[in-house]
Amino acid sequence: MTITNIAVCGIGGQGVMTATEILAEAALSLGFDVKKTEVAGMSQRGGVVTSHLRFGPEVLSPQIMPGEADLLVGFEAAEALRWAHMLKPGGVALVNQGRLVPPVVNIGLYDYPDDPIAQMRKLGLAVFDFDASALAMQLGNIRLGNTVMLGAMSDRLPFPADVLRQAVLARFGARKPELLELNRQAFELGRAAVAEASPATV
Amino acid sequence: MGAALPETTPSRLFLSGNEAVALAVRDAGCRVAAAYPGTPSTEILEEVSRFPDLYTEWSVNEKVSLEVALGASMVGARAFCAMKHVGLNVAADALMTMTVTGTEGGLVIAVADDVGMSSSQNEQDSRFWARFAHLPMFEPADAQESYDMTRAAFALSERFRCPVLLRLTTRICHVKGRVLAGEREAHEPAGFVKDPQRWVMVPGNAKPRVALMYEREDALRAAAAESAFNPLVAGSDRSVGFVTSGPAYMHVRETFPDAPVLKLGQSWPLPLERVRELAASVDQLLVVEETEPLVENELRAAGIACAGKDVLPRVGELSPDRLRPAVARLRGETVAAEAQPTRLVPQQVFPRPPTMCVACPHLGIYYTLAQLRNLTISGDIGCYTLGAGQPWNALDTCISMGASMGVALGMDKGRGEADAKKSVVAVIGDSTFLHMGMQGLLDITWNRGNVTVLLLDNRAVGMTGGQDNPGTGRDIHGEEAPRIDFAKLCEALGVKKERIHVLDPYQLPVLFKALREEIKVPEPSVIITDRPCVLIGDYQPTQPYKVIDDKCTGCANCLDVGCPAIHVTRRGTELKPSGKEVELSFVRIETSACTGCGLCVQPCAPEAIVHAMPEHPVKFLHAKI
Repeated sequence: MTITNIAVCGIGGQGVMTATEILAEAALSLGFDVKKTEVAGMSQRGGVVTSHLRFGPEVLSPQIMPGEADLLVGFEAAEALRWAHMLKPGGVALVNQGRLVPPVVNIGLYDYPDDPIAQMRKLGLAVFDFDASALAMQLGNIRLGNTVMLGAMSDRLPFPADVLRQAVLARFGARKPELLELNRQAFELGRAAVAEASPATV
Repeated sequence: MGAALPETTPSRLFLSGNEAVALAVRDAGCRVAAAYPGTPSTEILEEVSRFPDLYTEWSVNEKVSLEVALGASMVGARAFCAMKHVGLNVAADALMTMTVTGTEGGLVIAVADDVGMSSSQNEQDSRFWARFAHLPMFEPADAQESYDMTRAAFALSERFRCPVLLRLTTRICHVKGRVLAGEREAHEPAGFVKDPQRWVMVPGNAKPRVALMYEREDALRAAAAESAFNPLVAGSDRSVGFVTSGPAYMHVRETFPDAPVLKLGQSWPLPLERVRELAASVDQLLVVEETEPLVENELRAAGIACAGKDVLPRVGELSPDRLRPAVARLRGETVAAEAQPTRLVPQQVFPRPPTMCVACPHLGIYYTLAQLRNLTISGDIGCYTLGAGQPWNALDTCISMGASMGVALGMDKGRGEADAKKSVVAVIGDSTFLHMGMQGLLDITWNRGNVTVLLLDNRAVGMTGGQDNPGTGRDIHGEEAPRIDFAKLCEALGVKKERIHVLDPYQLPVLFKALREEIKVPEPSVIITDRPCVLIGDYQPTQPYKVIDDKCTGCANCLDVGCPAIHVTRRGTELKPSGKEVELSFVRIETSACTGCGLCVQPCAPEAIVHAMPEHPVKFLHAKI
């Protein structure tokens, strides 16, 4: 069996690292060798965060090379575009439509891309996009966006969605039991969002 | 047959390199562990401090942390300290003599190189310290080795009675992998033995010990040659053999699984005989090391032919992608254009540099500094270094911990006619001031410098995640501790009492007035700001603000504050009566991110920014998806 490469991207504070950690726990529970790496030096200050997860029988280098990711998960639309080249040609991207506009764009030094998701599709990628923030707010808590993203990934993994769901519930349920049901719902909303989205390339 | 006993399989953990080192420190029976925070090493001591079994501290700087560790070793305790690469520059004075005295209880020094410079002012290769100080070094390649080598380093330290360096890099510290931990061991300190010839390093005592140090190095080299941490991994493709260490080993194995590899884990002193053994069995030898050609140059000096930085990049991290073309060149292959034909071209997207947080107390400082003209602003290491960026552009230098003070004094004393009308301001944070800055302030007062110091006390080591320092009133465990009084400290360092002001950085007019007055006074003054970092528990969010659309005139004054919660909704232009066209930016405030600091309200002329009164006051400081 080969190595599965998953790249997760977003900005500091969005929960990229926590989401990847939970994904790692799911893979570990099946007995895979797992490595997870990120470079997030100053990400706490609103910078770019990318997290790489590799799992399989034996993982050596922790880094995914450009063109080798099986799955790209974008917590922010422009960040997904920034890292689109990590994907294998024709690879699958799961992208939150939400936009986080940095001060350098607000003060007019740079432009935010008009439609980053359409731009990704033009590259021939299968992009499933959805509004994770809106789905989280349906449940009344924007912090559930992280679980929505995990639910969105769950049918795109080389193991059953339930393995990831168990890892999510184990993590969030252990900390705050009252959040267990909300996380379960958020997970299913993310799952359904991808099932309904059209990946059509342009 | 009786019932079989349940098998006890030690559970595999999923740990980062930093977490693995921390666990090994505890499991090795270490008694004292000290550090100053610094990316990528910070989490080591944070993790060690969670164990109740040993004494841990944040020290005021790396040199003190190493001295604390040495003292513990002298009384026979196992001791540990951790620092980032530039931290060992600070601690080097102690290091270079403790290699002469040697140690008693095992002493391990973890030094984490920020290869690739994700959060540092330079890129250094700490392996040179092992060579310079004639000390052994371990270089783990993953989290499991981080654990194993930390344990081995304590044993080696006691066997050779010298400190042992553990060299980590960002790609070790922050990479998680599976770890199988070993048995815990107990280690009781033997007690201090008075031995002036060993511990009192005056020339007469030091001279014989320097000779012993070289004898020790020979013995360490022999030990490295026998070490299981320096395996020669067999391979069938003998066209290129690799000598490598640290994370680069993983890239080599991933990219060239059939090549013979000498993996240097106990990498200094260099086991040259092992290298010769490999060299004799392959057509060519390639040294793959991050970041300097240290091993490469040693091999060449020893007459072992090899390639290295002539084909590999000199700067930054190595990766399978950077190895492939280098090896192709070495083999004389033309680097195939078709090597990556199907890859997507990276798309151009705006940069996303790190920014100050919503409501950060530094925002008001840099807004004010940006309004004042004719300033030269000497900066320092911390979140406030970001003041050099947009929209403030209000920081002119950043060199090393505490350098803002000395650099400011030098600018003052060295200036000629060109800078005669400028004022010199130094900006430094609370922890950096206590780390290395206060000696610089003493130099300013003693030598009658004309510098206005902004001491930004946000009660945390902010950039590394809000650790405590002597100014916070808490120790590493968050327990109450003596709290330094910055105003009294500055007075004790020679600043006149009337030249010391403690101000609220959210009160822009007060700050502006104080700064304008103090830069005019031709003597040292200190303005201390006293509001906490927004990421620590001391910070109290208040009612968020919003923009009344109809009142916003698009003047964009609020954008000069630089708060990430203020967003432009539309742009426009206006023709002034003078005939000049002015750009307009109409804004909104991300109410869910705003914590009500009120900085943006102050420059808003049309009074378009008002309290939002949401149903649920939101406490989160970062934008969430």
